[in-house]
This record gives sequence, C-alpha cells and structure tokens, in this order.
Amino acid sequence: MAASGLARLRDGLRGLSRGLEEFYVAPYRRTMARARRDEEDLFMMLVLSEALGIPNPASGATLELLPEMLDRMHDWHIRQGMKDLPIEGLSCC
Amino acid sequence: MDGVNSLVLAVIGVTMMLAGYFLYSKFLSKKVYKLNAEFRTPSHEFDDGVDFVPTNKYILWGHHFTSVAGAAPIVGPAVAVIWGWLPAFLWVVFGTIFLAGMHDLGALWASTRNKGQSIGTLSGRYIGARGRNLFLVVIFLLLLMVVAAFAVVISGLLVAQPGAVIPTWGALVVALLVGQAIYRFRMNLALVSVVGVVALYGLILLGDRFPVELPDQVMGLAPEGVWIVLLFVYAAIASVLPVWVLLQPRDYINGIQLFIGLGILYGSVLIATPTLVAPAWNENVPADTPSIVPLLFVTIACGAISGFHGTVASGTSSKQIDRETDARFVGYFGAVGEGLLALGAIIATTAGFQSLQDWESVYESFSSGGVPVFVEGGGAIMNAGLGIPEGLSATILATMAVLFAATTMDTGVRLKRFVVQEIGQLAGIRLNTVVATIVTVGIALALTFSQGGDGSGGMLIWPLFGTTNQLLAALTLMIVTIMLMRKGRPFLPVLIPALFVLIVSAWAAFVQLGTFYADGEWLLLGIDVVIIIAAAWVLVESAIAMGRVAKEPKEPEDDELLTEAEKLPSRER
Repeated sequence: MAASGLARLRDGLRGLSRGLEEFYVAPYRRTMARARRDEEDLFMMLVLSEALGIPNPASGATLELLPEMLDRMHDWHIRQGMKDLPIEGLSCC
Repeated sequence: MDGVNSLVLAVIGVTMMLAGYFLYSKFLSKKVYKLNAEFRTPSHEFDDGVDFVPTNKYILWGHHFTSVAGAAPIVGPAVAVIWGWLPAFLWVVFGTIFLAGMHDLGALWASTRNKGQSIGTLSGRYIGARGRNLFLVVIFLLLLMVVAAFAVVISGLLVAQPGAVIPTWGALVVALLVGQAIYRFRMNLALVSVVGVVALYGLILLGDRFPVELPDQVMGLAPEGVWIVLLFVYAAIASVLPVWVLLQPRDYINGIQLFIGLGILYGSVLIATPTLVAPAWNENVPADTPSIVPLLFVTIACGAISGFHGTVASGTSSKQIDRETDARFVGYFGAVGEGLLALGAIIATTAGFQSLQDWESVYESFSSGGVPVFVEGGGAIMNAGLGIPEGLSATILATMAVLFAATTMDTGVRLKRFVVQEIGQLAGIRLNTVVATIVTVGIALALTFSQGGDGSGGMLIWPLFGTTNQLLAALTLMIVTIMLMRKGRPFLPVLIPALFVLIVSAWAAFVQLGTFYADGEWLLLGIDVVIIIAAAWVLVESAIAMGRVAKEPKEPEDDELLTEAEKLPSRER
C-alpha cells in the first residue's frame, strides 16, 4: 500500500513538473521558433557564402555541410524572397 | 450603523460568479455557441509543435488567466469604489457573468471556428477590408493608453510605498537569474520556481527594511517623473532583449505570484472578516467626481468586460485549445478568475479601514483613489487576518501590483513596436527595432508627461483606457454576433451586451470630451475625438454587415457541415 501511495505521489509530482514546464515554455514558443529560424538562416548563408561570392576561409568545412543543408535550402530561398535559388549549378526545385 | 461584513460580500460574489459559470456558460455553450467536442480544433488541424499545440485545459486556463489578469482589475475597482461599494460590486459581478465571460468565451469560439485567426483578421473577414484598419486604429490607441496609464500607476506606487522599490527592481535580477538557470544550466524548473519565489519574498523583506525614497527634485523632475522615465527606459530595453533573457522567466514568476497573492488576499478576508466601512452608495462624493453613469462602466473595464481578453483568446489560446468544449472552462472561467481579483480589490479598498471617516479621508478626491488605496487597505486586512505587520503586508501587495503592471507595460511596448512597424510599412518606411522602439516609447512618454511630470494626470488617462478597452470588446462582440446571425442562432445574448458596451463607452467619451475641453487638455481631447469616431465607425460597419448577413442564406450546422473524417475521435473514457 505504502509503495503504491509513494508511486502515486511521484507520478503526481512528475505531472506537476510537466505542467510547470508547459506553463513556462508555451507562451513564448513561437518567438523562440522564429529566433531559431533566423539563426539557421544566418548559418545557411555562411554555408553558401562561397557560392554567393563571399570569400570564406572555412569553405572547406562548410562545403562538407552542404549535403546536410540541401533539404532546407528550398524553404530558405523562398523565405529570403527569391523565387529561384541564386546559385548556379545547384537546383533544389 | 454597522456595515456589511466583507465575508458575506465575498461569499455572495463568488457564489454568483460560480452560478454564472455553471448555469449561464452552460446555456451559452449549448444554445448559442453550440460547442462541439468532435469539432476538429485548429490545434489538431494545424498541429505544428509551435503555435498550434493541443494543450491540457487546466494548463491552458493557467496561461489564459495569467495573460489577461494584471493590475487593471485592481486599479479600476480601487478607483470606482468612490461611488460606494455596491455599484462597483454589481457591475463586477453582473459584468463578469453576462459580459466578460460571454465575451471571452465568444472570442475563443470565434477564433477556434476560424483556424485560430486573430480578432484583427476576423474583423477583416466578417466586416470587410475597412474592418481591418478599424481594428488597427483601436489596438494602437489601446496599447498607447495601457502603457501610459500603467507607467503612472507604477510610479505612484513606488512613491507611496518606498518599501516596494528594492523588490520591484530586484525582481528583474531574480528573473534574469531564473532565465539563465533554465536555459544555460538546464536546472529543474520546480526547484528554480521555489528558489525564485523565496528570493522574491526575501527581497520584499529587504525592501521593507530599507525603503528607498528619491529626493524631491532630480534634474527638475518630481520623484514620480523620475520613476516614469526609468520605467520607460526599462520597458524599452526589456522589449528588445531576447525573450528568454527576461520576459519569459518574469512572466512565469509573476504567474505563480498571482496565485499566491489571490490566495493570501482571500485567505485573510476569510480569517479577519473585516466590515465594509465605506457606504454602499456614496451620497457624499468629492466635488470633482464625475457622474457615475457612464463613468463607472469605463473605470472598471478589466474585471467586468475587457476587449483586451479577446486579443489573448484569439491570439494564443484558440490555437492551443484541445477540444472545443474546453473553451467554456478556459474562456468563461478565465473571466471568472479576473472577476475574483476585481472583487478582492473592492473588498480591500472598502473594508481595510477603521472607520468611515478614515475611508473618506483617503477618497478625498476622484484622483486620490487607485492602487495605493488597495495596497493600504489590503495590507490592513492581511495584518488582521494573517498577522503580517501592516507595513510588510503593504509592501507585498505593492510589489505584486507593480510587477503585474510592469509586465503589462513592457509587453505593451513590445506589441506596440510591432504596430508601429506595421504602420511604417504601410507608409513605405522600414523601421528597424531600435528606431521603432524609440518612436513607441517617445509617443507614450509624451502622452504621460503631457499630464504633468508628477503623474497627476493618470486619472484622466485611466477612464480613456477603459473606453478604448470597451470599444475593442464591442468590436469583438459585433463580429461574434455576425457569425451567430450567419448560422441562424440566437444572437441577442451577445448583441445586447455589445450595444450596451458600445453606448456606455461612446457616452463616456462624450462626457470626457467636455472635461478635456474645460481643462484645455488638447492632446487627450484629440485622442478622445478619434475614439468617438472609431466607436461610430464600429456601429456603422457592423450595422452594414448585419444587414448584409440578414439577406444571405443560413450556414449549415455541424451535423451537416462536418464529415466523419473531419471529426475528432470521441474522448476515451
């Protein structure tokens, strides 16, 4: 009996903890998601900088990341207001 | 003559509001809004883990309530009891039951039925293209008023209760540390919450021991003026910082603090059962008090009906509601929560004094009411009920009120910055964050100081804030009415309150027009004229839209509208 009571208490506490977390996070979820996206957009530009004509000393490293980023490239160039990808030799859509 | 016991008033008020929830909101959900548990809510239809997230109704209620409740349901009643406790009590209780609850539930329902769109978008959809501009005008005015009014309220409190200075500014440090603990060090939230609240109360003790009073003149400014400037500097900085640094942890701590504060206040009333010393109906009002009708109805906006709730309901709550039937609890009961806060403010400001003479000496003029009285009276009740020293009790309540008002103020600055940027875009000017913030703060600061640097003009701005707030509520209710007419449902429970609110707010605006003209308050006069035009505009546009809808064929109800695939599975039992 005591053990199940304890377990119930632990479940209750865990539920409370989850509730608090939701209470903390939810109101700002959207703002956070947008900030994260802005950051990723900046990163995307760094990765593509060489192709965009900006000299990049770390281009060796960023080139390796390119395949990783391909999936997100379409959304990115649409978001930046460009109907087509401005980089020759690369196409995503 | 012995006055009424405040416990009796509290019990009657709470019982009536609960009856409103159990009976009237049931009627609204069944017959008017016809909430349907099988309706696929936006949170399920567009579930994206960001904006649209199906959320447990109790947690959602917590958000909704803490977003809508702030200092406004305290300030309004604390001013309005000057006409006696009975009118304020009746307006808060009946307002909550028949107006606020109905309005908040209605706004939530309207948005849920429209993909979680905001009231601004809905006014474009149901009223027409001009409806959208109308909404922009009203929301701009409302945000301007709220920022200016709350700056005055906070500065007044910091001067009246110097003990609250350290906890007010120290709470920012606590919030900064909480933000770091959560995001950088990933500490356990429950633990951090406890430590945060303890730290806040530690600061209150410290502030009570070491009150901070500013010198009479700092660079030609009265102490209130200095606080107003500092508050705007703070709000400007807070509104441009990343939200996780300050706004998020501070909102969270304040939310918890709200529940603690309500608990302490009602607990003290329960134990101390003080007598209401103020008259039920004040025959002996100070000479400068305006007429009770219509001013009562705009002085108490939040706590009886507030358009601001509609923006919260349609902005975030509607996107997170799990089942449409949860709207009854989240929307209507959210309004009940705010009504309880307003009722607590009425009791504190009318029962927290020794005698009628004491009370009358506090309410010696219309502009002397407000939060400082709530703090003083509530402090006396807390002293009698829980044995906390009167000064400390007052510091606790003052800190609570300041934090609420500050939360609303910096969020207001942030939102208004977006509106300024949007207006800039319409004018073809691209304003960056810093410039837009400077413009925002500059306008609000000019309005605040146009009333004198000592914050004495706050009582002129306050009813104007109430008027705009009611105007927004009327606009929302008109949209809800139009939606109901299109479906061929009973709409009078919405239309009658909408007309009532529209008429009293326009009437109040006319009354104030005379006051501003007599006082030579040209800036406020100009704003007031804009409000009157906007009110007439709301009336005309909704009349046109309603005339159009009356001729259209009715929309089908859910049983014809929804296919099996569009329904949510019924709840597992």
